[in-house]
Amino acid sequence: MGVMNFTGTVLKNLFSKPATRLYPFEPREYTERTRGRVEIDIDSCIFCGMCQRKCPTGAITVNKNDKTWKIERFNCVQCACCVKNCPKKCLFMAKEYTEPGADKLEDTFQKILTPEELAKEEAEKAAMQEKIKAAMAAKAAAAAAEKKDE
Amino acid sequence: MSTRSIVPFGPQHPVLPEPIHLDLVLEDEKVVEAIPSIGFVHRGLEILVQKREFTEYAYVAERICGICSYMHGMSYCDAVEHIMNVEIPDRAKYLRTIWSEMSRIHSHLLWLGLVADAFGFESLFMQSWRMREKILDMFEASTGGRVIFSVNQVGGVLKDMDSAMLNHFVAELGDVEKDLKVLSKTFLDDAAVNNRLRNVGFLTKQQAHDLSIVGPFMRASGIKRDIRQLGYNAYKDLEFEPITSEIGDSYARCDVRIREIFQSIDLIRQAVGKIPSGDIAAPIKGMPEGEHFTRVEQPRGEAIYYVKADGTKFIDRFRVRTPTFANIPGMLETLKGCQFADVPILVLTIDPCISCTER
Amino acid sequence: MTDGEIKVVTLDTLLVETMHFKEAGWRLMQICARSLKDNAGNEITYTFGDDLVMAHLRLIAEPDKKVPSVSHIYSSAFLYENEMHDLFGVEVEMMTLDFHGHLYRIKDAAPFKK
Repeated sequence: MGVMNFTGTVLKNLFSKPATRLYPFEPREYTERTRGRVEIDIDSCIFCGMCQRKCPTGAITVNKNDKTWKIERFNCVQCACCVKNCPKKCLFMAKEYTEPGADKLEDTFQKILTPEELAKEEAEKAAMQEKIKAAMAAKAAAAAAEKKDE
Repeated sequence: MSTRSIVPFGPQHPVLPEPIHLDLVLEDEKVVEAIPSIGFVHRGLEILVQKREFTEYAYVAERICGICSYMHGMSYCDAVEHIMNVEIPDRAKYLRTIWSEMSRIHSHLLWLGLVADAFGFESLFMQSWRMREKILDMFEASTGGRVIFSVNQVGGVLKDMDSAMLNHFVAELGDVEKDLKVLSKTFLDDAAVNNRLRNVGFLTKQQAHDLSIVGPFMRASGIKRDIRQLGYNAYKDLEFEPITSEIGDSYARCDVRIREIFQSIDLIRQAVGKIPSGDIAAPIKGMPEGEHFTRVEQPRGEAIYYVKADGTKFIDRFRVRTPTFANIPGMLETLKGCQFADVPILVLTIDPCISCTER
Repeated sequence: MTDGEIKVVTLDTLLVETMHFKEAGWRLMQICARSLKDNAGNEITYTFGDDLVMAHLRLIAEPDKKVPSVSHIYSSAFLYENEMHDLFGVEVEMMTLDFHGHLYRIKDAAPFKK
């Protein structure tokens, strides 16, 4: 049974550089796979809402009409479940963590369409309306013909 | 005539690492009886399984505890895979084994630090946790998180480790082994440490069997049992023997845990040498129906997971019997007859994880 | 008993079967309760182990029946039985250490009951 077992370690620690990092002057280097925060490439998003359904904490809100994607930064637990389930693969994990703060933080991303894309969407909507009207008219005509036959 | 007094201990105490409350009945300085009281961190995670889909519950299951988090997620996925009759690829089994053993090393190093803090040797506490930082950096490099890994899914694992990363890890673990050899000399041979740990909290082999305790707490009293001998994951291809001690006091429990760290480093070396190539996940179809019991060897002992599924996308019942739940009666038995100043050490020798116990 | 075997018992045969396990040197591994739908009571599973082999006893407890405690046979059972009482509302009589509903600090009684 010894009494000076730890002395070697103590002397070594006394004369070598510290084990801690002088943060924030010396920033930390994160690894490649670090799950820091969720980021989105909003131009590829189709607002299907899959990430909102799968999120275990309910931190994501997707609004298809306004074309916004919102995340509560301090509710997110960085599990990367949304990244795994996105059908368009537009979500990815960035390496830096959210800075600590005193209030809840919400990040909103809005998709802004170019004039050509807007025009294309309006045209598609109008075509869909026409199709629905034509189908309803055809159905009404068929029902009237059946009634006449009776 | 000795006086009897009742002293409340915990849940907030500078030397107590976990929120457990004990009412100690003292006669002068000797503890006569201890009455436990838990329930400070009860979160009701077992009822949450009926509100989250079974594929996404893995993320909740691993948040039952911070230290044993990897094995909770892995065992939940393992139980659901058995119910759905899905066979995961061999490479996934080896990866799970490697991460489980690294999880065991970091948990035992954490315990060594806490026990050193409990008897007042703060420098030894800091030195153990400095070694643990190397393991946490390895976790971050391979899974993306230091404490909660989120790397298990029903059907396999989510991330792969190529041979360059695995060989780098084995080299780092070689450095940890060298540092641990120097550190264990202090833990096992130093006079001050021996005075605090030897002949404190005896538990005989018969008492250990009657109280149904598990883990290193049980192996230090002479019972040779390790659930890894069942051969789940990749353990059927690896060679190891359960580590026991015949003495049965706190010194024996410290000795068993230190030797288990060396054994885990050896197991990782064996696994990295034998890991096959292939996929890391198998596809799953349909909904689970049926029930299954899974047993794993957590760093603290044997944990039993019971999953009952009824054919919908929500599981009906998920029950975790954690090792600390089984060890609390054993801890109360060792507290009888000990000195008041030894109470923190004895509470720590079972390696309590109250967060797991109360879910 | 074979590994993983489940034997169904009733309120009357529970203690005798438990004593068979104790006499054979088996240890108590866990006691798990599961709430059945439509207020049909609880299904309680007792798990015993001998080295690496595992066997179970299964008991259906109707809503107002009292279950006898096995803590006089296996002393570590008091924790599981108190937990069953707090979370599922199972009435267990003759426990060696009875917390009377105060083991877990919860607001509603029996929150896990369906």
